[in-house]
Amino acid sequence: MEVFLQQVINGVTIGSIYGLIAIGYTMVYGIIGMVNFAHGDVFMVSAFFALIFFLVLTSWLGLASITVALILVMVISMVLTGLLTWAIERVAYAPLRNSFRLAPLISAIGMSISLSNFVQVAQGPRNKPIPPMVQDTFTLWVNSGYPVTISLKQIIIWVVTVLLLAAFWYVVKFTSLGRAQRACEQDRKMAGLLGVNVDRTISLTFVIGAALAAVAGTLYLMYYGVVHFADGFTPGVKAFTAAVLGGIGSLPGAVLGGLLIGLIETLWAQYVSADYQNVAAFSILVVVLIFMPQGLLGRPEVEKV
Amino acid sequence: MSHAQSATAKSGVDFGKAIKDGLIAAVIAFALLGPLVGLRTDQNMSHELILTNEMPLAMIYVAIIGVGRFLLSAFVYPWISRRAAARTAKVKAVPTAVQLEAGVRRSRFAARGGLLFLFLYPAIIISLVGINGSIKWVDNFGVQILIYVMLGWGLNIVIGLAGLLDLGYVAFYAVGAYSYSLLAINFHLSFWLLLPIAGILAALWGVILGFPVLRLSGDYLAIVTMAFGEIIRLVLINWRDFSGGSAGISSIPKVTMFGIYSFDVGAPNNFAKVFHLAMSSAYYKIFLYYVILMLALLTAFVTTRLRRLPIGRAWEALREDEVACRSLGINTTNTKLTAFAIGAMFGGFAGSFFAARQGFVSPESFVFMESSVIVAIVVLGGMGSQIGVALAAIVMIGGTELLRELDFLKMFFGDGFNPDQFRMLLFGVAMVGIMVWKPRGFISKRYPTAFLFKKKSISGDLVKEGEG
Repeated sequence: MEVFLQQVINGVTIGSIYGLIAIGYTMVYGIIGMVNFAHGDVFMVSAFFALIFFLVLTSWLGLASITVALILVMVISMVLTGLLTWAIERVAYAPLRNSFRLAPLISAIGMSISLSNFVQVAQGPRNKPIPPMVQDTFTLWVNSGYPVTISLKQIIIWVVTVLLLAAFWYVVKFTSLGRAQRACEQDRKMAGLLGVNVDRTISLTFVIGAALAAVAGTLYLMYYGVVHFADGFTPGVKAFTAAVLGGIGSLPGAVLGGLLIGLIETLWAQYVSADYQNVAAFSILVVVLIFMPQGLLGRPEVEKV
Repeated sequence: MSHAQSATAKSGVDFGKAIKDGLIAAVIAFALLGPLVGLRTDQNMSHELILTNEMPLAMIYVAIIGVGRFLLSAFVYPWISRRAAARTAKVKAVPTAVQLEAGVRRSRFAARGGLLFLFLYPAIIISLVGINGSIKWVDNFGVQILIYVMLGWGLNIVIGLAGLLDLGYVAFYAVGAYSYSLLAINFHLSFWLLLPIAGILAALWGVILGFPVLRLSGDYLAIVTMAFGEIIRLVLINWRDFSGGSAGISSIPKVTMFGIYSFDVGAPNNFAKVFHLAMSSAYYKIFLYYVILMLALLTAFVTTRLRRLPIGRAWEALREDEVACRSLGINTTNTKLTAFAIGAMFGGFAGSFFAARQGFVSPESFVFMESSVIVAIVVLGGMGSQIGVALAAIVMIGGTELLRELDFLKMFFGDGFNPDQFRMLLFGVAMVGIMVWKPRGFISKRYPTAFLFKKKSISGDLVKEGEG
């Protein structure tokens, strides 16, 4: 029971990170029907931004307060990652709006390869470990010698995720940008006729997704304390799995899917086999796509001729 | 304002706008690359992460991007729009039958010339650099490129003809490689017996993996095949009793010359010994070159023949419109499965050849990146075009191999310059570039397999490649 509870806590933590990344996938798919394959690598680059600016702030500028450093790093990483994604969208995706259907996907795969290899060239192929930023742990309860603990890191991740999701939900539900997004999702051409700037809305969708991925990247760096140029692929695929599991196009679905994937993954590693942890995640992806492509909260897709 | 703009557009170059574009691009590039390139994170002696200042390098990148954007705005884009305007103004003359005939003859002549060159390639290399100097050129360039040509042609059946984007092709390559290695080591069977077996096993896996994805199309199909590829690789890593785990399998037997001559140094029927030649591994490499050449040509031959059979026509029809296919009574299930199986079979052939050539296989060789390299080759070449795929493999694989040979690049980038790092970066950039500029690939003309009266080439734009 204690072990189970501990794994649930760990699973929800990693699931929150997946959920934050998954929103980027699900929003982009919802609005232009494209799997943004490079999103996982954007997440990785955001973790590198966070790493670099954390080092700049603490070792070059001598900032002592970790809290201030973390907040600053997160904001900087969000801004730069948003800018990066905006540039990517302009260069690699926007010219392909009217191309054949798989063109954006192929372009995104190319972008994903370029990003991870560019970081390898620029920052070197090694792991980048940093000393732990936050170390406190709280024991929730001890039973027969096994303590169930929750670390401050985990609490930070939960709180930040909840706050951001609330802010994000507000943007989508109550601002003109969110309204434009939902309009484009339903019918892009009609929205354009009614005065919505479709290109700008699509770009902003990419940027918002990237900003959430940047938060995830910063949290990931803080949680694991290490980042590597190839770290975008597996979390990216898992987050995509989360988006599909929750029902692609559905925002609460993405978060739910993220939490579920996080839980399944940690519990699988604990009770079944740690070696086959990633196999489990990939298998879920396959099974969901084949048997339940509309996901848990998504709308079923209708084939149009 | 608009009047002034149109005036500048007429007179040629709008430098003000171009400079503005260039500056914006440079500022964005500086914001992104300043930290990413300019502040390099390295571990010092006590394993602490420290920042190294690489700002000059970052500024070079920024300058390249800024100037590049400026040139694009000032010269390239106006040139493109002028050309497009000229094209719409002048109705394109319909090529006459004689011209078309000449075009067909020219491309056929080029193909024959290329084929002749491929057969003579080892001889040319030996006459140029001698028997021992030829190893590098035959093995690193010839064999390596031909493996990718073959993989490209195999995947071309799935992507180019049937229109199913398969991102897990490397799984079948792995099945071929592991079936040959395991069967050859455990049962001491010869390469020539195991080659068809490996092909059949790979085709079987093609059907097994193809069956569940039949209901999917487009992006979802791509993602599921990618997941399958990764699952097979992860199983190979973790199922240590079966596959040797991430350590892989070593000392895989070499290919023999149909059992008559061997290339093992100790064997009594060693090729060099029998013919009283000086011992050299070059003979084996040249033999391998011809083996993979024949395998690749077999792939191309079977594909061109299949395209004329009902099944090939069904593949292309499926690529164009699945719903129409179904309503015309084509069994889409069988059509998709055969495409998967035949593509996988050639992947399996290539895999067993790869295992025999390397003498060592490990899951490291079958990562997702490898799949994307093959997809990139098919896409760059122009999906569906065999010549295009071969050209793309030569340019991309040969080009990146060539990077390794160019010592003068070290002068520009310092001694630590390792072109291998840039290999995948080039692939990625090329993939994006080709999608943006020329989404139909290098060779964007197609010859339809079914035609009325006269064979005519059509633009690739008329073919809906990649719709699944």
